[in-house]
Amino acid sequence: MSQTKTVDHATASKMAHAHPNPAAHGDGHDHGTRRSYLTGFALAAILTAIPFWLVMGGVIEDKLVTTLLIMAFGMAQILVHMIYFLHMNTKSEGGWTFMAAMFTIIIIVIALSGSLWVMYHLNTNMMPGHNMDPATLLQ
Amino acid sequence: MSATPTTTADAPEFYELTEHHHAPHGSTAIGFWLYLMSDCLIFATLFAVYGVLGGNYAAGPSPAHLFDLKLVALSTTALLLSSITYGFAMLNMDEDKKERTLFWLGLTGLLGAVFLALTLYEFYHMIHEGAVPQRSAFLSAFFVLVGTHALHVAFGILWLGVLMVQVAQHGIHASNRIRVQCLSMFWHFLDVIWIGVFTVVYLMGMLR
Repeated sequence: MSQTKTVDHATASKMAHAHPNPAAHGDGHDHGTRRSYLTGFALAAILTAIPFWLVMGGVIEDKLVTTLLIMAFGMAQILVHMIYFLHMNTKSEGGWTFMAAMFTIIIIVIALSGSLWVMYHLNTNMMPGHNMDPATLLQ
Repeated sequence: MSATPTTTADAPEFYELTEHHHAPHGSTAIGFWLYLMSDCLIFATLFAVYGVLGGNYAAGPSPAHLFDLKLVALSTTALLLSSITYGFAMLNMDEDKKERTLFWLGLTGLLGAVFLALTLYEFYHMIHEGAVPQRSAFLSAFFVLVGTHALHVAFGILWLGVLMVQVAQHGIHASNRIRVQCLSMFWHFLDVIWIGVFTVVYLMGMLR
């Protein structure tokens, strides 16, 4: 039942790709199955529980390692949500949802890394006292 | 003398001159997706602000003083559960089971309300302790980021309520189907943003 549905969607999007068939213009969205939702939920629950456990239990001494680990788990969970809950793939809507998401991710990476990088250097280099050693200033 | 290429019958046609039929709501899903991507950029800038200012406490309270991770774990659980209950609502809608769709949508709304109540309780608690948005740059950035997310959830619940009335009164028809599908994307999107919030604000805040 659900399998035939997926196949129908796949053929529909393929037809929309090959020639502009008016019938295939509908939603090229994949709805997922009970199984895919439950798989996604199980993965998301695990990927949420581990970082909370790492921080609340103080499992790893090194804070930098813990920070990097929970960031990795967060990214993995975002990916799980996009695939299993938002049903992202490279084919739905003729690939346009995927393209839009990729574009957004690029902008986000530039905005985040750019802001953090620039502001960090501004903070450290413009901080009063950085190049103003009282001993040298008095001379 | 000879016919120009444009008039020959076998010349390739480069333009679609006739209006062809578009299925109603055929482009709604992609349009709503584009809205979500632009919303994503709003949150990206708010995250950038928090990343830059998150350490400026102005001698005020720091995340370790303010946050209660047990509360955050509870609200995260509520939101994660609401994602799967919305998934079940979608599956039941695909099978045209109106009552069950309404049941799962209602449960989703309830879990969303639990999440919102926990966030508001946290805000109330913080403000009561004097950790108001104007106290430090960290608190300004925190309230704007988490507040914007909570506002999205609040509007999501409102939208959910309206859709439940629509489905209850008019049943599952093509228009309601696409509406419920759009809210599904919105709801799961909010959960994705929450992953970023609990990772960057709460968990990393405790490690500072």
